[in-house]
Amino acid sequence: MKGGQAIIKSLTDAGVEVVFGYPGGVLLPLYDVIYDSNLRHILVRHEQCAAHAADGYARASGEVGVCIGTSGPGATNLVTGIATAYMDSSPILALAGQVPSHLIGNDAFQEVDTLGITMPITKHSFQPMKAKEIPGMIKSSFYIASTGRPGPVVIDLPKDVQEEEFEPEKNIKIELPGYKPTKKGHPLQIKKAAKLIINSKKPVILAGGGVILSESSLELLKLSETIGAPVTNTLLGKGSFPEDHELSLGMLGMHGRKTANFLVDECDCLIAVGCRFSDRTTGNVDEFAKNAKIIHIDIDPAEIGKNIEVDVPIVGDAKIVLRDLLDMIIKYKSNITTDEWVNHVKEFKNACIPRMTYNDVPLKPQTVIKEIFDTLEDDTIVTTDVGQNQMWMAHYFTSKHPRTFLSSGGLGTMGFGFPAAMGAKVAKPETDVVAVCGDGGFLMVCQDLATIKEYDIPIVICILDNRRLGMVAQWQKLFYDKRMSHTHLGEVPDFVMLAESFGVNAERLERPGDIKDCLSNALKSGEPTLLDIIIDPEEILPMVPPGCGLTELVGEYKVERENLEEITYHEKSQEKVGD
Amino acid sequence: MEEERTHIISALVLHKPGVLQRVAGLFTRRGFNIDSITVGTSEKEGMARMTIISRGDDKVLEQITKQLNKLIDVIKVRDLEHETTVKRELCLIKVHSPTEKIRSEVIQYAGIFRGRIIDVSSETLTIEITGDSDKIDTLIDLVRGFGIKEIARTGPTAMSRGIKTM
Repeated sequence: MKGGQAIIKSLTDAGVEVVFGYPGGVLLPLYDVIYDSNLRHILVRHEQCAAHAADGYARASGEVGVCIGTSGPGATNLVTGIATAYMDSSPILALAGQVPSHLIGNDAFQEVDTLGITMPITKHSFQPMKAKEIPGMIKSSFYIASTGRPGPVVIDLPKDVQEEEFEPEKNIKIELPGYKPTKKGHPLQIKKAAKLIINSKKPVILAGGGVILSESSLELLKLSETIGAPVTNTLLGKGSFPEDHELSLGMLGMHGRKTANFLVDECDCLIAVGCRFSDRTTGNVDEFAKNAKIIHIDIDPAEIGKNIEVDVPIVGDAKIVLRDLLDMIIKYKSNITTDEWVNHVKEFKNACIPRMTYNDVPLKPQTVIKEIFDTLEDDTIVTTDVGQNQMWMAHYFTSKHPRTFLSSGGLGTMGFGFPAAMGAKVAKPETDVVAVCGDGGFLMVCQDLATIKEYDIPIVICILDNRRLGMVAQWQKLFYDKRMSHTHLGEVPDFVMLAESFGVNAERLERPGDIKDCLSNALKSGEPTLLDIIIDPEEILPMVPPGCGLTELVGEYKVERENLEEITYHEKSQEKVGD
Repeated sequence: MEEERTHIISALVLHKPGVLQRVAGLFTRRGFNIDSITVGTSEKEGMARMTIISRGDDKVLEQITKQLNKLIDVIKVRDLEHETTVKRELCLIKVHSPTEKIRSEVIQYAGIFRGRIIDVSSETLTIEITGDSDKIDTLIDLVRGFGIKEIARTGPTAMSRGIKTM
């Protein structure tokens, strides 16, 4: 067997059905094998999209997504996608070509130190120097990528190793003596947490991406309902808890819902599950949940105490820990009275339902999100890009199921939404997939319209088109004296003509009420479609300035029902400028 | 702000290419500081032992050990306690010693510190000395007046006293 054949066999043995890639000189031996194989290969038009598509595939399905790029520029083009997956703990395998082993280090044509470049953004990486190492490395890669705290793995494949003949072994063993992720939480810690929860009057749960990764939404729901704890989520935790549930508070943080930000400030016990307390989630850490004892459940011990001090850390898989925790709570106290706090939560929630109904032209983004939401089925997968479009979606869109809201949270990668949607649709062909992008982010990856057309991947791309780098522009408005340095994107391109030049259906929408029919027809058509939705460039999202506590919102928080008593909040000076 | 201390971190790692880069890269990326790092084979086949001297408060140290543990190629990590740890460093000092008088003085100093002269030329003497870092610093200070041509230090390597192993 040749090295290249071993790669494809190992991928197939691991259950891989589809890969996203782009060939090149040093990958010729591998692509020659792909030519005859049953593996579905999707030829993207830029390697970054291969990595994002693999990431979208992984987030939508829970399976490891695979992408391929050639040596040198192919590998460096994968880097943004790998880093995106790393920051959001998404399991992908990136196969990179490398120059023949005897040329490594000679600055050969299209040579780059892929392992060195990707070391800080991968969970692990391999470089086989003999073909016989390939099966073990690929098997290990899948194991590493998908277990513990998931993450990307890179395999750097020298050309000669792909060509080398070898005698494969029957049993491929995984030998990773330094890798033993903890699954079960420590019983004493769980006991401490249970006691804390029982004695709290005002508990709140903060659900992160770890709930989705560990598939513990059901356990989370049970815990929430048993102890009467409302649930707020991080950006990546969106969908882990049904946002239409009476105990859902929506997203927390810089662009979080008022309900979430204020109730976390008020709570006396915060149960954080599978989240890493990013600066965008906590705001000023000294102000964060300052009245609360904090329980932190995470599979990665290094996340405990990294950003904030916690009272009860529990290292383990969220699903197992939540189950054990609930058992322990019920053992101590079978009937927990929660009415007072739950009623308070409901009242507060009711008083600040964010306003989404407007009749304005140009369209208010809130209205656009509402119309998109009203059109879609509950199980539709939506992806977002990064910036205002992302935060509008995070804030206003109601997600009900895990793995239906895919967004680049940690790295904040513009250009993620569209290729991730492509990957999600390939993973879930029976499910509708809609990418909600900004015009700036979409333009960074628009060449892959060719891919969705050629492979007939029927996603719908909704561009929230304000001809701005909206989020940066918002910060310039709020913190940089309205000096709009390089955030206007001008008048070109015409996104409808752009899509049509790729043979992709497209339409421009400008009025309230237009979206529903167009979007639902597009989804029914079974063809890829682009909707260019013109929105109000002046609209600002309420936010917590960097360095401020979560209750120090700037900008008017408009609520749905005007007759309700306006809840006061502090106007913070606009002096603080940060990252 | 907690007190910053010097820590002796001992790590058992797989002995293969790239491991040092992973460890060193981790320190750089996370903003941890490295005073010195030594690596060599260990008693276990295919594994190497690293001794890293780093400064930081307890919180930083906790992060260092946790982040090191996350590396797939790292088997075990321990923060060795100063009191119960033996720590040794090797240092070579090439001293400018053009006259008999200076040579004899240098040899005497080396002797007091249980150092050895391992190379002689008409202009220089090279001392080999092993010990903890303070002792080496003291000898260097003593011979500095003669003119030091070159110093090569390994940085400390360390292990627990007694029967305890990691």
